[in-house]
Amino acid sequence: MIKPSKPMSVSVLGLGYLFLYLPIILLVIYSFNESKLVTVWSGFSTKWYATLLDDDELITAAWLSLKIALMTAFASVVIGTWGGFVLARFGRFRMLTLFTAMINAPLVIPEVIQGISLLLLFVAMEQLLGWPQGRGVFTIWIGHVMLCVSYVAIIVQSRVKELNLSYEEAAMDLGATPFKVFFVITLPLIAQALISGWLLSFTLSLDDLVLTAFLSGPGSTTLPLVVFSRVRLGLNPEMNALATIFILLVTIGVVAANQYMRAAERKRAREMRMAFQSESTLAETDNSPVMARQAEGASKPALLTRKGVQS
Amino acid sequence: MKTLILRWLPNGRRTVIGIPFTFLLLFFLVPFILVVTISFSQQQLGVPPYTPLTTLKDDVYSIALNIGHYKFLLQDDLYFATYISSLQIALVSTLLCLLIGFPIAYYIARASESVRGTLMMMVMLPFWTSFLIRVYAWIGILKNDGFLNQFLMWLGLISAPLRIYHTNWGVYIGMVYSYLPFMIMPLYAHLVKMDLTLLEAAYDLGSKPWRAFIEVTLPLSKNGIIAGSLLVFIPAVGEYVIPELLGGSDTLMIGRVMWDEFFNNVDWPMASAVTCAMVLLLLVPMALFQHYQTKVLEESKR
Repeated sequence: MIKPSKPMSVSVLGLGYLFLYLPIILLVIYSFNESKLVTVWSGFSTKWYATLLDDDELITAAWLSLKIALMTAFASVVIGTWGGFVLARFGRFRMLTLFTAMINAPLVIPEVIQGISLLLLFVAMEQLLGWPQGRGVFTIWIGHVMLCVSYVAIIVQSRVKELNLSYEEAAMDLGATPFKVFFVITLPLIAQALISGWLLSFTLSLDDLVLTAFLSGPGSTTLPLVVFSRVRLGLNPEMNALATIFILLVTIGVVAANQYMRAAERKRAREMRMAFQSESTLAETDNSPVMARQAEGASKPALLTRKGVQS
Repeated sequence: MKTLILRWLPNGRRTVIGIPFTFLLLFFLVPFILVVTISFSQQQLGVPPYTPLTTLKDDVYSIALNIGHYKFLLQDDLYFATYISSLQIALVSTLLCLLIGFPIAYYIARASESVRGTLMMMVMLPFWTSFLIRVYAWIGILKNDGFLNQFLMWLGLISAPLRIYHTNWGVYIGMVYSYLPFMIMPLYAHLVKMDLTLLEAAYDLGSKPWRAFIEVTLPLSKNGIIAGSLLVFIPAVGEYVIPELLGGSDTLMIGRVMWDEFFNNVDWPMASAVTCAMVLLLLVPMALFQHYQTKVLEESKR
């Protein structure tokens, strides 16, 4: 097997990660700077964190952002899973091309375009139906859901495609309705994709600025809007402190999720191995691969259900 | 008759497809059509700040299309310069992303299997933190008295600070930094599943490493390069936050112009027309992306 040269590999990756992480590290270090001038070190201090706690505007905005992010994450997982499942399982229907286009486009379309078009929709709806009145949490919510649905749909779609159809077929053979099959068999099997989709939607919503700027009204100022209005004026040590808290939370979250998923994967691999071992013993006595497959199938959904409950 | 009624009653399959379809139609396609419509109306004071296209007066139903905005968009030099500049900034950023992202993706894909997951997680980690914060971080670095200039002056490489903040260079750096994970992801996905025996065969047949790279690795990662470039290029054209925070007042980008028309001039029809122009600029790359996505979809079906 061909191995790339070690020094080359280390230096390229080293430089790459330095580029990715240096700005963040500097940001964190200087959040503990005493001086108001962010780029001049004058001594260690945590006073900017204290200022942060007294900043009512920021805290109100943070709560609102959190609320919208939670709402967005749940709604986009529901709709995105639905869309992704349709995309993966319902093969050819007449409007498939349009459907795929509408699912994929928001991934790349500049947010300013989506922002203005949704805003014009809400304004037109208000004119015609008298609803939604003005802009606020509801309109932001819809906008964020539109932003996140595509990501969830794509994650779910690729996971559903990997699934072994025989579990669902078995359930159907045993008399379960398609509805029941989806909720009892399919959903637990794709739980991991749903969790990733949920986390992604949550962070995307928490972070969104452009779409929110178009869809927010008076009294619905989210955290990114406040941060942007301050950052625009230049450097601000309080923002460094806020960023540090944010980075800390995200790092813990991502590393924990990653660790957890890998552990789950290992466990799954182990259980698969065990199932295959039992398959070989079964095969000796009975020569029936069907039973072995059932054994494998039984262990897998059980594991994933546990996972779904835990998280 | 009965079958006719039955056909119109919602059956299971049609409902299951229909509900997400309607949702997307209502919140993606309809708003889009509205943008096109409103770009043909005129600005007015009041709510909403544009005139209706159709009027019913003395039993005459008339439609008035105002093409003034489009005429202006085509004739005005500033707008023309903005399109060119948006495309140029996005193109340069995409190329820089590719140049930096390819080696990183390549060496991650060739790293031992046990560390690959961690390395990819480290690429994705900044993507999970706030985009706004990551762009903000560069202000402190690029400013005239920022870390980069302090460092270079301390090294003695330069005597006067480099002006990067509030120039196009600041925008390039911000773009590359923000969009690099989007380039690395598809590249990595293609490079990691590449059949290494092909490279071995090339070496065995006497090919030099660089030649093997150009003739084997590069063509095999073509789809990854296309996907990554489109994932960077398309959002970069419409980018607003990065040019606003890191670019100068002379950094012309179409997303920024549209934002100003909308929020500062409250000219919704003009902003709509600019949006349509942006969509037209992006039509070819977006169609390419769509084509690529369906191709991937069909490949995974087989």
